[in-house]
Amino acid sequence: MANITMSPADAAAVQGAPSVRVRSYWQNVGYRLRYDYLTLFFGAMVILIILSAIFAPLLAPMDPYQSSLINRLKPIGYKDFLLGTDELGRDILSRMLYGGRISLTMGIVPVLIATIVGGSLGIVAGFVGGRTNMIIMRTVDVFYAFPSILLAVAISGAMGGGIVNGMLSLTLVFIPPLCRVAETATSQVRNLDFVEAARATGARTLSIIRVHILGNVLGPILVYSSSMVSVSILLASGLSFLGLGVTPPEPDWGLMLNTLRQAIYINPVVCAIPGVAILITSICFNLVSDGLRSAMDVRL
Amino acid sequence: MSDTAKKTPLVRLEDLNVKFVTRESTVNAVNDVNLTLEAGEVLCIIGESGSGKSVSMRALMRLLPERRTRISGTIEVDGKDVLSLKGAELSDLRGGLVSMIFQEPMTALDPVFSVGHQIAETVRRHEGCSYDKGMERALELLELVKVPSAERRLKAFPHELSGGLRQRAMIAMALSCRPKLLLADEPTTALDATVQIQVLILLRKIQAEMGMGVIFVTHDLGVAAEIADRVAVMYAGRIVETGTVQEVLGNPKHPYTQGMLSSTVHGNMRGKDIEAIPGSPPDLRAMPPGCSFAPRCKYAEPACTAALPPEVVFEDGRMARCIKLTPSAAPEKELVPA
Repeated sequence: MANITMSPADAAAVQGAPSVRVRSYWQNVGYRLRYDYLTLFFGAMVILIILSAIFAPLLAPMDPYQSSLINRLKPIGYKDFLLGTDELGRDILSRMLYGGRISLTMGIVPVLIATIVGGSLGIVAGFVGGRTNMIIMRTVDVFYAFPSILLAVAISGAMGGGIVNGMLSLTLVFIPPLCRVAETATSQVRNLDFVEAARATGARTLSIIRVHILGNVLGPILVYSSSMVSVSILLASGLSFLGLGVTPPEPDWGLMLNTLRQAIYINPVVCAIPGVAILITSICFNLVSDGLRSAMDVRL
Repeated sequence: MSDTAKKTPLVRLEDLNVKFVTRESTVNAVNDVNLTLEAGEVLCIIGESGSGKSVSMRALMRLLPERRTRISGTIEVDGKDVLSLKGAELSDLRGGLVSMIFQEPMTALDPVFSVGHQIAETVRRHEGCSYDKGMERALELLELVKVPSAERRLKAFPHELSGGLRQRAMIAMALSCRPKLLLADEPTTALDATVQIQVLILLRKIQAEMGMGVIFVTHDLGVAAEIADRVAVMYAGRIVETGTVQEVLGNPKHPYTQGMLSSTVHGNMRGKDIEAIPGSPPDLRAMPPGCSFAPRCKYAEPACTAALPPEVVFEDGRMARCIKLTPSAAPEKELVPA
C-alpha cells in the first residue's frame, strides 16, 4: 500500500484530537445499561420471576393440587396460606409459583418460534419483493382477517386441547404480525444505498441479508416480539378458559384468573392476584426490552 | 505500464445500450456508448441529471436490477467480458477488480456497523484473510485517506463521523482491495466546497500512486477540470463529445458542451447574465430520430433532426457528434446561429 505522508495540518488535527477512550460495542452497551436503573430494576424482576418459576418445587410451601373444602376462598394471610386459597381451597402462592412455569412457557415459546419463522418469512418477502412478496404477504393477510383470539381458538380447536397444541396455535397467531413488521422494516432498508454499496464491494445476496439486512432489522423485530410476550400469556389464558390450552387442575395464571372470576364478590383481593402477576410480568418484559433496545442501538 | 496494458485498454465499452423495461414503457437510458479507458487514466463523465452517467457506471458493474434492465453491447474490464460473468465471478469482480464510491456517504455506509468493521469485511471477502488482518488493513487505509486519529475512527459508527470523514471512509473501503478501476459516482456532490477540494486532491493523489483507472461521474465542470485527464460529455444517454480536459473545456466543439460551459457561473461574471440552454432534455422513452440535442440547439437546421449525427473523430483523437463539424484538420467551420 502506498504510503502518503501527512500534511502539517492533518498532523496537527491528529495531535489536537481529544483522547477519548475507545470502547468496544458490548462494553458500550454495558456502560449504558449500568446507568439505566429502570432497566436494571425490571431486568432483575424478570430474572426473579423466571427463577421463581424454575425453582417452584423448592419454593412452594404446599402442594398446589391439594384441595380442602373447609379452607375455600380464604383471604390473604389466613393460617398458613400466605396469599389465601382458591375456590377449591388450594394454596394460591404455591399455585402461582407452579403456574408461572406454564404461563411463562406459553408466553415465551410461541413468540420465540414466531419471531424466527415470521421474521425470516418477512425478511425474504421484503428483500426479494415481486411475486415472492405477494405470495407470502397475501397468505399472511388471510390470517390477519381473523381476530387473534378467534384464530387461536379455531386452530387449537381443530387440533385438540393440550399445552403443546395451544402453543402451536399461538405460534401461528403471532407469525403474521411479526412477518409484517419484518417485511416493512426490510423493504425500507433494502433500497438504501448501503445495500447497493455492499453489492458493489462483492457481497453475495445471502451475506447481504445476513449482515446488512438483519443488522438493521433485528432491532424493531425484537422490540415488537418482546411486547408480544404479555399478549401471548393472556391469549394462552383465554385458551385455557375455553378448555383448549391448559386443562385443570394444572395451575396456570390465566386459568386461575378465569376460575377465580366467579368468586370476585366473595374475595376480590385473592381473585386479583393472578391478574396482577400477569400485569407485572408483562410490564417487566416490555420495559426491559425497551431499555435493551436503547442500550443496543448504536445510533442513539 | 506494460505493453499489454497499451494494447488492451482497461475499460472498453462498445455500443453499450441500457434500457429499462416496464409494462408501460421502455426507457432508453444509455444509447450506443463507446468508451475506452487506459490504465492509470482519469476519465470524467459530465452531463446533467438523467443523461445516463450513473446508469453507465452501474451497468459496468452490473448493479442494475436484472429483471427490468436490458443491457446490450460489450463491456470489457481488464480483458474480462463483464456481461457474461455469473454469480461468484461477478461478485469477485465487484470490489476486487472494480470498486465504486457512492454519492451519499450518509446512506452508503451501514449504520449498524463500525467503519473499520465494514472495511475489514470487504478485505476478508476478497483476500480471504482473518478479520484481525482485515482490521489492520482498515487502519492502514484510513491513514492512507488521511482520516485524523484513524485508530479511534476505526471503531466509530458512520453517524459519529462528519460528511467528509464518511466520504473518506467510503474511499478507503473502495480502495481496500487495490482495484484496477475505481468508479466514482459524484463522490463530492454531497460535500461542502472546502471538503470537496480536499477529497478531490486526495483521490487524485491516491490514483496516481496506485495507478488506478478512474471513471468519475459529475455534473460539476469545476470538479472535472480539477481531476480529469479526459472528459466525456453525455447528453440524453449518448456521448456527444470526448477529448482531453483542456481541449473539451477550453475549446468545446459540440453546441451542448458550449452551452453547458456558458451556463456555468464563473467568478468574473458579476453583472453579466448567465446564458442558459433553453428547453429541457428529451423524453428518454421516445427519443427523437436525429440529434437529441437539436430541439434545444441554437444552430439547429432541418438536417439535424433527419438522422443521428455520426461520430466525428478529429486527428488528435477528439470526438464530437454534430453534423456541423468536419473531421478535417483545417480550421473548423465557425458555427453560426440558424
